[in-house]
Amino acid sequence: MGLWQALFPAGLFTASFMQNAWLAGTAVAVLSSLVGFFVVLRGATFAAHAVPRASFAGAAGAVLAGGDTVLGLAIFSALSALGMASLGSRRDQGQTTALVLMAALGLGSLFLTLGGAYAPEVYALLFGQIVGIGRADVFAILGLLLLALIATALLYRPLLWSSVAPDVAEAKGVPRRRMEILFLLLVALAATAAVPIVGALLSFSLMVGPAAAAAYFGRSPGQALAVAVLIGILSIWFSLVFAYDTGLPVGFFVAAVTAVFYGLGRLWAYLWKIERGGGQVPA
Amino acid sequence: MRNLDPLRVHEDSVLDLQGVAVHLGGRAVLQGIDLSLRPGEFVGVIGPNGAGKTTLLKIILGLLRPDEGTVLVAGRDVRAARSLVGYVPQSFAPDPDLPLRARDLVALGLDGARWGFSLGGQRRRAKVEEALGWVDALRYADQPVGRLSGGELQRLLVAQALISDPRIVLLDEPLANLDLRSQGDVVALVGRVAHERGVTVVLVTHDMNPLLSVMDRILYLARGQAALGTVDEVVRGDVLTQLYGHHVDVVRVHGRILVVGGADAESLTCNTCDS
Repeated sequence: MGLWQALFPAGLFTASFMQNAWLAGTAVAVLSSLVGFFVVLRGATFAAHAVPRASFAGAAGAVLAGGDTVLGLAIFSALSALGMASLGSRRDQGQTTALVLMAALGLGSLFLTLGGAYAPEVYALLFGQIVGIGRADVFAILGLLLLALIATALLYRPLLWSSVAPDVAEAKGVPRRRMEILFLLLVALAATAAVPIVGALLSFSLMVGPAAAAAYFGRSPGQALAVAVLIGILSIWFSLVFAYDTGLPVGFFVAAVTAVFYGLGRLWAYLWKIERGGGQVPA
Repeated sequence: MRNLDPLRVHEDSVLDLQGVAVHLGGRAVLQGIDLSLRPGEFVGVIGPNGAGKTTLLKIILGLLRPDEGTVLVAGRDVRAARSLVGYVPQSFAPDPDLPLRARDLVALGLDGARWGFSLGGQRRRAKVEEALGWVDALRYADQPVGRLSGGELQRLLVAQALISDPRIVLLDEPLANLDLRSQGDVVALVGRVAHERGVTVVLVTHDMNPLLSVMDRILYLARGQAALGTVDEVVRGDVLTQLYGHHVDVVRVHGRILVVGGADAESLTCNTCDS
């Protein structure tokens, strides 16, 4: 009974800020792991890492200008995604991704200095927070989720094809470049929703962790996508409980819990191999 | 190009190129290409590096507009005829942990370019099953593609190209990364399946020898120009010497054909030898 109350103390589900956190957190988890599924399929983890970080500059700029931080996040994540897509060379996508990221971080540091650095809201955007989520934020995040759900439902097959076999897909009328742009805009969408809650530095783990783990559990694209969303939701739920219990930042728990799921995925793949008598350990 | 084909303008031709020329960076990559392919024939496209093989494929796929000339697939503009052209890419090396089974890959060939997602359905499933059967891939239909061998993947790519019932299928260097035995297997399989289904095959390769037993005609490309005809018509010293623009000898040894650059060439080359 003592453990139960320590884990689920009063207010975990009833405090109004926690209700907002549950709603927004779950929506962000679904959105992040949905987009993360395509990130992992495409091997685009660097872009998924760079867009949320670049978007942070937008939030810093919004703080400086006295505007809405989520709007700043949205603008900068979309701009950085478009920059990566339009400057990208086929040979080394990493180069342009890094350059766009550095340009954004440079702007971010400028905005922070001009705005009088170490504002608490900036700190919250770096590492995430759950206490400050208002009803308006919840609706904004639910709106972003709805937009992403419609977009992925429409794009599912061409984006899947272009991700796993881009040459054939392009030959059959799925333009590679257009798919790349649409994909990066989805990443920008996920980043805009995730950064206020999980933080610019750690939202990457919510995007890539569940999907990377799910690739070991699911065999077909549909299975892997469903498992990714499930792991994403479980990760944020565990993290919210632990963060409420301990008062430690939610971003830390998200990073830790998704890492544990990823480890379980690797273990599962390993045991599956042994079970089937294959000597090879998955690389 | 040399007009070796008496049926140059064919009524029910599957693919028609007339006066096609492509210039890239001031250089003529292809020039004066006229050709007409018949339903169900197997055409090998051979030529040295830089001869324009990849450019030719891009044109037939509608990914590149020629600077001059017309390209018709079954009498229609290529862009309107995409569904009639199947494609097997040069390289496909999926990650070992990619959550994609053999049947998922083949299914994408059926409806991967359409909006939305598929809810499965009995007819779609049966069609995928049938295509897997064409290439003898039912045995590993539920295996993740990242765990399959090069030969097994090649079969899936052929099934993926054929499942949409194209009139013509293009294969870009499908033999490049295979050992000699797998090369023979792939060629025999493509020849058999395409023949059964009446599909025209255009197979690009460096070495014509694995194709000799199945190929109806050969399209020999060099310096952006082409010669089309049977092997006996095209792979001859005089024809290839004119095509290459320098002296070339054709040597036949033990049923194999070797094309050897002459002494006046800048270097002794051997385009169709394999090591």
